[in-house]
Amino acid sequence: MTVTELVSYEDALAAYDPVMGLEVHVELGTKTKMFCGCSTELGAPPNSQTCPTCLGLPGSLPVVNAIGIESAVKIGLALNCEIAEWCRFARKNYFYPDMPKNFQTSQYDEPIAFNGYLDVQLEDGEVFRVEIERAHMEEDTGKSLHVGGATGRIHGASHSLLDYNRAGIPLIEIVTKPIEGAGERAPEVAKAYVAELRELIKALGVSEARMEQGQMRCDVNLSLRPHGVEKFGTRSETKNVNSLRSVERAARFEVQRHAAVLSSGGTIIQETRHFHEEDGSTTSGRVKEEAEDYRYFPEPDLVPMAPPREWVEELRATLPELPRVRRNRLREEWGVSEHDMQSILNAGAVDLIVATIEAGADAASARKWWMGELARRSNEEGVELTSLAITPAQVARVAELVAAGDINDKLARQVIEGVLAGEGDPDTVVEKRGLKVVSDEGALGAAVDEAIASNAAIADKIRGGKVAAVGALVGAVMKTTRGQADAARVKELILQKLGVEA
Amino acid sequence: MPGITREEVAHLARLARLELQAEELDHFAGQLDDIIGAVARVSEVADQDVPPTSHPLPLTNVMRLDEVRPSLTPEQALSCAPAQEQQRFKVPQILGED
Repeated sequence: MTVTELVSYEDALAAYDPVMGLEVHVELGTKTKMFCGCSTELGAPPNSQTCPTCLGLPGSLPVVNAIGIESAVKIGLALNCEIAEWCRFARKNYFYPDMPKNFQTSQYDEPIAFNGYLDVQLEDGEVFRVEIERAHMEEDTGKSLHVGGATGRIHGASHSLLDYNRAGIPLIEIVTKPIEGAGERAPEVAKAYVAELRELIKALGVSEARMEQGQMRCDVNLSLRPHGVEKFGTRSETKNVNSLRSVERAARFEVQRHAAVLSSGGTIIQETRHFHEEDGSTTSGRVKEEAEDYRYFPEPDLVPMAPPREWVEELRATLPELPRVRRNRLREEWGVSEHDMQSILNAGAVDLIVATIEAGADAASARKWWMGELARRSNEEGVELTSLAITPAQVARVAELVAAGDINDKLARQVIEGVLAGEGDPDTVVEKRGLKVVSDEGALGAAVDEAIASNAAIADKIRGGKVAAVGALVGAVMKTTRGQADAARVKELILQKLGVEA
Repeated sequence: MPGITREEVAHLARLARLELQAEELDHFAGQLDDIIGAVARVSEVADQDVPPTSHPLPLTNVMRLDEVRPSLTPEQALSCAPAQEQQRFKVPQILGED
């Protein structure tokens, strides 16, 4: 493994123009596999969801899942693609234990959907059109467990263990045309594209598209060319990038790495690379034994697919409100800026905020908690917002407690912390941690009297008209009540006791 | 048309994980050449109006409902596996030491 001294991102962009290609795999949310009736339920014991077809046993025959085809057509239509009048499956032949058949049933030169586009919006509101090359159907592979090496890596493993529950789950692979002209915003475009695609897939109801569970994964192809040069440079392919943040980081890292190699006179090797979450770097992957020699041929066990035009039009008519349109509608309802809305999208918070509002919170506080405290926590822990151990209903309850004056924002953060730590729902946390605002006027009055008595000089200033000095006394009261008082009420009480009009 | 080369047969054998001896490479190169030549003659005969056939039945859109059917038990699934561990298929080392 050679360590390359990276070039700064700015210097890289000053010398080179990045070109990207993004391949996104989406696991469909069908009940059964693509070519057999085995369940796709997650979390089942190893090898409990297999049959002769997905194990590739002799004499078995695949039959296509109707919902798999329907989902593929819906995705194609939502991506403004043409839908093939006639297309076939193909065998992609390779020997690797993740596929017991020794081939993957995929599509080759006849994808079900092709020539589309997806408009994505960047944080400043600029719309960037990403052209779609194709969307094709294929199947997922089994899960490998590498034994005997360090930390489950394939390198150094003595042997591997295979669970084929996942083998045969339907996948749609969506491939962009080369993305040119994004310049320094290439990493941002990559992230916004994957975010938009994820929203689209969820809106179509064809998959939950949870990246952290591997239901959606992205391969980032990237190359650099000197400014003014038409011809693309040699690309690297960073595989299985599994979060929006990582997509952006991987693209950025590769820009810097390619620039470093190229500007020192080196050449980029066409290879797959692994992304590392810990530091955002990529390292050289396995150089494929025989690059593209998959010997594709039409799958003889399946008959061609010819989606009837009337059916395609029926499906087109059922497409839901597109995410970008929906977002613009919500943006107006919530009264937020384009920029804020884009941040909400990129944080994966749109549906969470909608659900929190539906659970009773007002728009402003729903947004505040998801985009503030919770976004901070998810960033710190490097997980998606949806994987935090708090539900929209619980966030709505926190907002409700704040609105009712039972807790203030500071205490609300502690309540959220408690919920995330598994201490129970918001009311339980309030109870257990004793987080109620001190609203007992007697106790509060005593704290105020104490603060006035021990800060006589400040109290005099306030009496003399320097109302701004009240902050110091409020601070003293908050300290003695350990933050559990309503600051506005404390201020009122102090001014009242000192006989000053606010 | 140049025939199938010995190198191409060696490459194919490698892709198919077949261990062939030197004399077999020459032998199969000749045979494959004959086979491909014969198939090529079909293409000469077929006119533009004859679409390539990948399936003998004139069927399209054969699909099944998305309904779960019973799977094998893990014991059944693993019953023919040469080796198993932790209810999983055990396979030899995938990557070498390099």
